[in-house]
Amino acid sequence: MSRQDHGTGVESGADTGRQGSDTVKQDTDARASSKGRGDVVVPALGVVGSLRWAWTQLTSMRTALFLLLLLAVGAVPGSLFPQRPANPAVVTQYLQDHPDTGPVLDWFQLFDVYSSVWFSAIYLLLFISLIGCVVPRARAHFRAVRSTPPRTPRRFSRLPVHGTVEIPAEAARAVGLTPSSAAHQAAAVLKKRGYRVDVRDDATAQPSVGAERGLAKEFGNLVFHISLMGVLVAVAIGGLFGYTGQKVVVEGDTFVNTLIGYDSFSPGSNFSDDRLEPYSVRLDAFDVRFDREQESNYGQPLDFTANLTTQDGPGAEEEQQILKVNAPVTIGGTNVYLVGNGYAPVVTVRDAEGNIASEGPVVAVPSDGLYTSLIVIKAPDAQPDQLGFVGFFLPTAFVDEEGVSFSRDPDPFNPQLNLNSYYGDLGLDDGTPENVYVLDTEKLNELNSRNNDDGGIVLSVGQTYDLPEGKGSITFDGLKRYIALDIHHDPAKAGAFVFAMLALFGLAASLFIARRRLWVRISGHDDGSIVAEYGLLARGEDNRLQDEGLMVRKLLEDRWSVPEGTTGEYRVQEAASSAAGTGQSQNTTKDN
Amino acid sequence: MPLPVNAELGQASELLMLLASIAYVVAFIFFVLDLVRSSTTINAVEARLASEQAATTRSLASVGAGGGGSTVAEAPQAPVTADDSMDYGSGARRGTARIAVALTVLAAVIHGAAVVSRAFAAHRVPWGNMYEFCTTGALLVSVIFLITLTRKDLRFVGSFVVGLVVVMLCAATVGFPTPVSRLIPALQSYWLIVHVSIAVASSALFTITFAMSVLQLLQTSREAKLLAGKADTAKFLRLVPSALSLENLSYRLNAIAFVGWTFTVMAGAIWAEQAWGRYWGWDTKEVWSFVIWTVYAGYLHARATRGWTGTRAAWLSIVGYLCIVFNFTIVNIYFSGLHSYAGV
Repeated sequence: MSRQDHGTGVESGADTGRQGSDTVKQDTDARASSKGRGDVVVPALGVVGSLRWAWTQLTSMRTALFLLLLLAVGAVPGSLFPQRPANPAVVTQYLQDHPDTGPVLDWFQLFDVYSSVWFSAIYLLLFISLIGCVVPRARAHFRAVRSTPPRTPRRFSRLPVHGTVEIPAEAARAVGLTPSSAAHQAAAVLKKRGYRVDVRDDATAQPSVGAERGLAKEFGNLVFHISLMGVLVAVAIGGLFGYTGQKVVVEGDTFVNTLIGYDSFSPGSNFSDDRLEPYSVRLDAFDVRFDREQESNYGQPLDFTANLTTQDGPGAEEEQQILKVNAPVTIGGTNVYLVGNGYAPVVTVRDAEGNIASEGPVVAVPSDGLYTSLIVIKAPDAQPDQLGFVGFFLPTAFVDEEGVSFSRDPDPFNPQLNLNSYYGDLGLDDGTPENVYVLDTEKLNELNSRNNDDGGIVLSVGQTYDLPEGKGSITFDGLKRYIALDIHHDPAKAGAFVFAMLALFGLAASLFIARRRLWVRISGHDDGSIVAEYGLLARGEDNRLQDEGLMVRKLLEDRWSVPEGTTGEYRVQEAASSAAGTGQSQNTTKDN
Repeated sequence: MPLPVNAELGQASELLMLLASIAYVVAFIFFVLDLVRSSTTINAVEARLASEQAATTRSLASVGAGGGGSTVAEAPQAPVTADDSMDYGSGARRGTARIAVALTVLAAVIHGAAVVSRAFAAHRVPWGNMYEFCTTGALLVSVIFLITLTRKDLRFVGSFVVGLVVVMLCAATVGFPTPVSRLIPALQSYWLIVHVSIAVASSALFTITFAMSVLQLLQTSREAKLLAGKADTAKFLRLVPSALSLENLSYRLNAIAFVGWTFTVMAGAIWAEQAWGRYWGWDTKEVWSFVIWTVYAGYLHARATRGWTGTRAAWLSIVGYLCIVFNFTIVNIYFSGLHSYAGV
């Protein structure tokens, strides 16, 4: 509610505010202050009354503002604590590291903030409050659009901007101007300037024009708030019917869009298997380019390009496609994104009996920009003991003064495996799901390590290492690259986009369009001269009302060929109605 | 194959940036001098008026009650000397302030040359890392300030704004020094141009309104003090318009910046959809952008709520800006998230 409006006391309405409830509140305030707060007797409300009271409270501006700020505060913990949807492993780790506080935080759903009961409660209440505000306002706006501009006030002197234009008698006679024709001409001028106009009392000696513009401001406001609800609905639909999954694909391998094809998969609540279209994606080659020109950024990645062969379904035609960061491939109702990459050393593990226990590329997880990667190799088929390896893959291995190996470059100039080896029960047979990138070595027997006599295993491409105690061997056959893919299906994406754009336009309209009312009253004087009185009123904040007053004045003066600023008066009302303004309107009333 | 980075031009840019910082520092000193000097002038005028008044009273007393013809000019303790319309032409000439503005223009020109040469050195838009966000953002702050100066006399806020520009440049050079480089694949998108430019522009506007909101709070407490008949302890605020007109102008600027920020968030969502497959994932950066958006939405609504205009609204504007600073510094540096490639 803008204070300028209160000052004029003619009419008050907040365009960014909640008209209905605020008006009610003002009345209440006025009543309370006139009676004195202590005298108010609170009547029994009853069930319906209580509900009505609760609804009024919920839809009041103050509550909405409170909920809005609460929403901001409520969102913050989600950035302070690890979140399950984004990082389930980190949450598990956090709970392990903080056995005392972790479960308490978990009870408060601080690891699932954005799906928590309390966060949902805040935004649902906010949106209910929003509906409770938007519906009456939409109705009021609908009425406003259909109705004629408001009635002409008796005294313009109370309007924040007002003035008069006088048409001298001879000028009026020359063109045969009457008060009625002057009113119609003023209406035409205002209409051209974008006002809705209504000429009233044009048969009387004092016709007037009511004009209004900027209804799009309120329309924009409504569009903005309704569109926000639309975005929320689109997000909900996406959550119900969409799905998202991850898959790591090594060069030469193929991903098929079926449930078992995924490494991890998060279906929406209404997901069913038949929503997956069985397309396939093969990674033919993955090209990486690093900065080699600049010393300061040497080795910084410049380009990742995945060359794919895709098939829309079994038996469909093969298609070559390029996948890059920021440029997903669209296929089978999904988008496929390049979200990571790394090296997959090709390794063969033989067991004590000389049989191949494990063979093929093993995905190594990069831990820094130089692709120093963690690698875990599991050979559960090895006989008589299962074998496991944990260590590092270094694309360009160097040894520092202390004998520690490290990678100096992200490109594979000197690829090397540095491994510890273990034997025993890898714990894969009891059916519990295991992270393929982690090996729990606690219950295993150590074979090789930097700390024991046999030392760690160091392998370059083509080399084989025979494990101690005749447990088998490991060979570093070669090197491939892999890419990490995110596959997303969100059927409501377009809806969210459309509503977001509508919200943006609505917001701009509601903030930048000025809603103004303007009246012109024409009076004919006895001497033949004609006086046009005009007054302007803004609804909501409007810092250009004065300029508009001047502009309208100039347009009217031009229309009636009155030399600019020679006659009449122009006045800007500061706060309360000024004495001079009152005198002005009394003058014109006298001639009535 | 894109053009290689021009390292020499990059070094020239860094030198220009240093020169611009020095020019800003000098401009800042002149803006502060202007506040001090104007304050002294006002004090002197007031002292003279007071002594004249005392003299007139004395002479009147000596003439006796019969004189009566001359009325003593009242010298009321006006809380505000500055013109609320913030238009030029009111009040005395302020030579020092003119020098300060001229120096700011000079600094902005050098600063602009630094930013442009950096863009040419890297063959791309100059907002690919923290250093560049900071320096380009600071340039926008000072350019927007200078543009506003052509329409309104906002020189009273000059020391604040230019001071913030100096802080931003120092933060960039000391905190996030980054040599000119090409973009990493994650940032190779035209959305970088759209999303980040609007984000920087909106943040620049929020920077100016932040300064105005701080002044508004100071002015409010000063106005209350004067109304209560206490001594004026912050006389330099006489150069600052009334709290109400500060509030109205910062509301207008905040409204523009809010639309800009809304667009920033939406463009970010579209880019996120293109890069990561989802338009909203509550990444730390997204969380804080959302918090900022919500706080400023609260600000806009507060202006339409009884009891929340004035001081409370100003506090919301300040909190919103602190969230922006937090989002840019702490979140970028200490919080892990998908956005943590900003050159740190």
